[in-house]
Formats: sequence, C-alpha cells, structure tokens
Amino acid sequence: MTSLAPSTDVGATIEAAPHGSGAGEGHGDYRLFGLATFLVADGMTFAGFFAAYLTFRAVNPLPAGSTYELELLLPTINTVLLLISSFTFHRAGRNLLAGARSASRNWLLATIALGVLFLAGQMVEYFHLPFGLTSNLFASTFYALTGFHGLHVTLGVICMLLVWWQSREGGRITTANPFGLEATELYWHFVDGIWVVLFGILYLL
Amino acid sequence: MTLASPRDFEPESLQPQGWLRYLSFSLDHKVIGIQYLVCGFLFYLIGGALAGVIRTELASPISNFVSRETYNQVLTLHGTIMIFLWIVPVVNGAFGNYLIPFYVGARDMAFPRLNAVAFWLIPPAGILLISSYFIAGGAAQSGWTAYPPLSISTPAIGQVIWILSVLLLGGSSIFGGINFIATILKLRRPGLKMMQLPMYCWAMLGTSILVVLSTPVLAGTLILLSFDIIAHTGFFNPTLGGNVVVYQHLFWFYSHPAVYIMVLPAFGLVSEILPVHARKPLFGYTTMVYSILGIVVLGLIVWAHHMFTSGTPPWMRLFFTIATSFIAVPTGIKFFNWLATLWGGKIALNSAMLFACAFIVNFVFGGITGVALAQVPFDIHVHDTYFVVAHFHYIVYGGTVFVIFSAVYHWFPKFTGRMLNEHLGRLHFLLTFIGFNLCFAPQHWLGLNGMPRRVAEYDPQFAFWNQVSSVGALLMAISTLPFLVNVVVSALRGQPAGDNPWKALTPEWLTSSPPPVENWLGEAPLVEHPYGYGTEQGRLDLEATTGQEIWSGSRR
Repeated sequence: MTSLAPSTDVGATIEAAPHGSGAGEGHGDYRLFGLATFLVADGMTFAGFFAAYLTFRAVNPLPAGSTYELELLLPTINTVLLLISSFTFHRAGRNLLAGARSASRNWLLATIALGVLFLAGQMVEYFHLPFGLTSNLFASTFYALTGFHGLHVTLGVICMLLVWWQSREGGRITTANPFGLEATELYWHFVDGIWVVLFGILYLL
Repeated sequence: MTLASPRDFEPESLQPQGWLRYLSFSLDHKVIGIQYLVCGFLFYLIGGALAGVIRTELASPISNFVSRETYNQVLTLHGTIMIFLWIVPVVNGAFGNYLIPFYVGARDMAFPRLNAVAFWLIPPAGILLISSYFIAGGAAQSGWTAYPPLSISTPAIGQVIWILSVLLLGGSSIFGGINFIATILKLRRPGLKMMQLPMYCWAMLGTSILVVLSTPVLAGTLILLSFDIIAHTGFFNPTLGGNVVVYQHLFWFYSHPAVYIMVLPAFGLVSEILPVHARKPLFGYTTMVYSILGIVVLGLIVWAHHMFTSGTPPWMRLFFTIATSFIAVPTGIKFFNWLATLWGGKIALNSAMLFACAFIVNFVFGGITGVALAQVPFDIHVHDTYFVVAHFHYIVYGGTVFVIFSAVYHWFPKFTGRMLNEHLGRLHFLLTFIGFNLCFAPQHWLGLNGMPRRVAEYDPQFAFWNQVSSVGALLMAISTLPFLVNVVVSALRGQPAGDNPWKALTPEWLTSSPPPVENWLGEAPLVEHPYGYGTEQGRLDLEATTGQEIWSGSRR
C-alpha cells in the first residue's frame, strides 16, 4: 500500500511548497481517499467472484457424492477472531492518535497475532477438507475465494508488521503522521468485511 | 495570492531535462501524458500493421497470405493492442494526464508517483504481449474476448501471456482511474465548482468510475481463466462441470463498460474542441453532465446484450434490450448539444475541427447500428458477423480515433509550442475519412449477408466488397504517413504557435506553450466560464452567435 503514498517524493514536495495560489497550500493528504477508491475496486473483484460462485451454485449441479456442506466450527472461530481483530486494530488507531504510542503498538501486536491465528486456522481447515482444488466446481470456487481472501489477510499481516516496526520510537509513523497505520486499518476492516460476506455465502448458505 | 518570494529550490533540477525526461520515471503529469500519447501511438502503428495483415488476407476468399493459426493470432493481437494499448491509454491516460490538472487548477495529479507507475506498467505489458507471437505455439488465438472453451483449448503459453499482459494493463488502468477521481474531486482549486469544470473533467470522472468498478471484475475473471488453463480447474470448462456463460457475463461486465471507457473521454475531448473552433459556448452544459452520469449508470447494466445468442433467458433479453436502447437517450442528448454548439457558430474548418465533425457523423452511424444490434431478433441474425465488426469500428475508430487525431491537432501547439501543418493535416483527414468509410461501410453489407467474423476464409460471393474494404484499409495506412511527417517535422521546425493560438478560454491555454513544470508561473487562474465564447466574458466574437455567419469562419 505504500506505493500509494508519495509522502516524501518530489511530487509531494512540490505540492507542499508555498505557491501562494491557495491550490498548492490546499494539497492535503488524499492518500486515504485514494486507498478507499482502490478498496472499492478490490471489492469489485470479490463481487465478481461472489457473483460467479452464486451463479455456479444456482445453475451447475454438483456431481453425485459431492456436497456443499462444510465443517463449521473452525471457520466460525476464525470469523470471531477476525471480528475481534478489527476491534483491536481500532484500539491501536485510537491509542496512536491519543499519543499513547506504546499501547498502540501492543494493540497492533494483538491484531497481528489474531491475523496469524486466522491464517493458521485457514491452513488447518485446508488440510482437513475432503476435496482438493480440482475436485469439482464448488471445490475450485471454495479455494479461489478463500485463497484470494487469505492472500489479502497475508498482505494485511505483512503491512501490520511494517507499521509495528515503523511506529517504534523514532519511526516514521507517529501521532502527527499516522497515515501508515490508518491505511492499514482501513484495509484490515475491508478484509474483515469481505470475510463476513464470504463466510455467509460460502459456509452458511 | 501571487508568487512573491523566490523558490527554495528548483524542482526542474531534480528530474532529467530535454527529451530524456520522456524516458524517465518523471512525476510531471505533462511528461506522463506525452509518454502515454507517444507510447500509445507506437502501439497503434503495430496494431495497424496487424490490421493490414488481416485485410491483405481477406482480399481473397481463400487463406493464402498467412496460415489460419497465424491469422487467429494476428486477429487477437490486433484487437488487444488497439483496445488496451492504444485507445484506452491514449484517450484516458494521455489527454487525461495532460489536461485534467490544468482543468482543476492543480499543479499535478493527486498521486504523481502512482501516475508514473501506471504509465510504466504499459510498455512491459505491450512488449510481453507482442513477444508472445515469437514463442513456440505463438500468441493467443482466441480473440480479444478470450472466450472459453476456445481459450482453454488453444496453445496455453500464448494465452497465459495474454492474460498476464491484460492484467498488467488493467492494473495500470485502475491506478489511473483512482488518480483521476482523486484529482477531480479533491484537487480542485479553491473557488472552482464542479459545475464550472470543463466537460472533459466530467467525462473522465465518469470514465474513471467505470474503470474502478468494472476493470477489477475482468481481472478476477482472467485469474480464474488462468487457473483453468494452468491448474486445470473447471470454472469455465463444461467438461469439468464448469460454466462458460458465467465467463461471458463477467467478461462483458467489464468489456461493455470498456466501450464507454474508450468513448466517454472522446465525448469530453470533442466537447472541448467544438466550442473553441466554433467560437460558441458549449450548448447545454448541465444536460451534458447528466448525460455522462446517465451513460455511466446505464453502461454498467447492459452487458448481456453481447450474449443474446448465449442461451440467455427471455426476461434477461428483454431487460438488456430495453436498458441498451435507453443509452440512446443520453447519447442523443449529447449529439444534439454538439450540433447546437456548432449551429450559428463562426466555424473554423481546420484539421482539428474536420476530425471532430467527422467524429459526429461516424459516431451517429455507429450509434444507429448499435441501437439496431440491441434488438434481439436483429442481433441474432447478425451476431458474430461482419456487421458487428463494422459497428464496433464505427464506434472506436470513427468515434474515438478520429477524436484522438482531432485532439492532437488541437493540443499539439500546447504540447510543443509549434503549429502542425494545416495542409498535411487536411490531407491526413481526407485520406483517413475516405479510407475509413471505404473500409468499414461495406462490412455492414457483408455482415447482413452472413459473412462470419474472425475467419480467414469466406464465401467467394463476398470477394468484391472485401476487396473494397481492403482498399479502404490501404488508404487508412497511407493516411498515417502525412500525419507522421507532420508531427515529426512540426515538432522540430513548425511555425511557432504562441501561447494561445486558438484564443481558447480553458485553463490549459492560459499559460505558456509548452507550459512550465508547475503549469503556471503564478497562481492558477480561476476559470468560471471555460466556454464563455461570444458572451460578456471576454467579449470574444459576440457577433458570431447571431447565426448569420455560418461557415464563414473558415475564411477567418
């Protein structure tokens, strides 16, 4: 996500320079807006996958002996973990803005732990599933959806680790410059929300 | 509010100067715009050469120029290059990057670095795509639509490279779209209202919304398709329980809006060019804005009109026929607005204006066949025939490419500070207009009489009109020469243009030509009436709007 952030490059410096035109001075920080737009686009990718999956389910019968039933316990625990992680990330953000850097980093660490737990749970689930990627259409779609979401979670965890490192004493992310953390938080809530939809249509439907 | 103190540093010194900056990772929106334009034009030449191969093959009913497999590859590369490497990058990226910061009164795009990334994704993607022709098995053979099961059963490597290339280009497009949305919505100069923006801004806002909403769906679909090819999953493979129609739905959810992604910016550019050379305000600004927004909304819900022969259920046919027909309403509003803009104007029939007016003619024709194609009984008759090819090229060539040329003639003085040669420009126009219509008009007849598209051979009864079409294609190829000579010679030794040769009122003309690095030396002008020709504002050509001097403007 940092590629969206021309924070110290020439372009940003030019804009930050005093033009006296009003326009230059007004060049605020639109990176979160840009990220939100990107997440809309990313959400459309998921929407396409969801639409494909729902259409497959509606019109393509499974071969005999296959079922849409999935083990629910582990995914439900995973869902709870992700929901809690959104809360802990929110606490991390609030603490950073309030100046409590150390508390913020601890909440972030908790979020990272929850994210890693989620991924581990996903791996355990994969290993115990009765079908593989090419077993049938439902299996392929299942792995495509959860895998694509898992990639998002992995990226989120990596970003959180970076944020955790950058918000150390003397790091780039501070109360005055919280962009890295805010961006990752927005992204994490997005990934969380996608999972809720995914859980609903893939496991519960 | 003026620049009083000297700058702390000279930003110019931080980036390469001269022509070298066009090969650099420049963050200047003007440099990036020119990069898009020149890069896109190089791909246009390649795509045009491929079109030449197609028309040469089709000059005779039998397959005697290239092998059938090569023909399929050429066809696929032609479509993909022209859409993803020429029209979309140029009409969005080139003019959007060059003009939008001027129009909103900013010194650059909202995300300059992302902007440079978006451009620099394009050359590698293009080289990747074209180089796939030279590997074993060759390039993709399944057309730009890559419909399975054809795309699953043709040689895999070329198809996978095609997917990779389109994914890169889609990413570039999405990054560009995000940048345009943020720039137009957030970077406007204080005091500038949305309803005062030049029309191209609205067109780019609408286009970028379409890009952000629809391109990711194509990306996801192509990833699933690549799984089918590489990992042998069965998403779109009927023999493995998959569903090809789902691919078509997902593909057209992007690729129908893609038509608007290619043509809405052209609408915007024409809306900039016509008022300047007709010396009249753009007619019906507000209706233009709402038409664009209407096209954006409708454009997202008409995709399945490409699939009337794919076993779509009757209710779906009814819905998509009606929704598609409705698009004629906002589009028609725009047409009548352009005509009303010209009506009674003091028209200067220069090269830019000739191409812009020809756009109106061509696009009306393409639009009419479009409404015809939306009707299920007619569509079933001509589906996958040359009628569709003719319709499509009237939209994207007769529409968008004519506008690109018009825009080059219009903005070349701004880009370079020099005028293009008017005689060569008119020669270019004449050859292009005649060649284009000669090439594609007969294809309507061919399609109505049942000549299928995408096939290297055809029934001998179609030979004559195919040969006419090929002659037209030859004329189009020749027409590129005066343009190339004109652009190269004029850029080096053209007549100096001055800052504002057209006496235009939009903000990009209210600075030097070519503009300084930060667009204006002082503060950005607040342009509240970008089309204030012949009105109190500036009192330009007040008499011109009386309607008594129609067509006399060419002697101006």
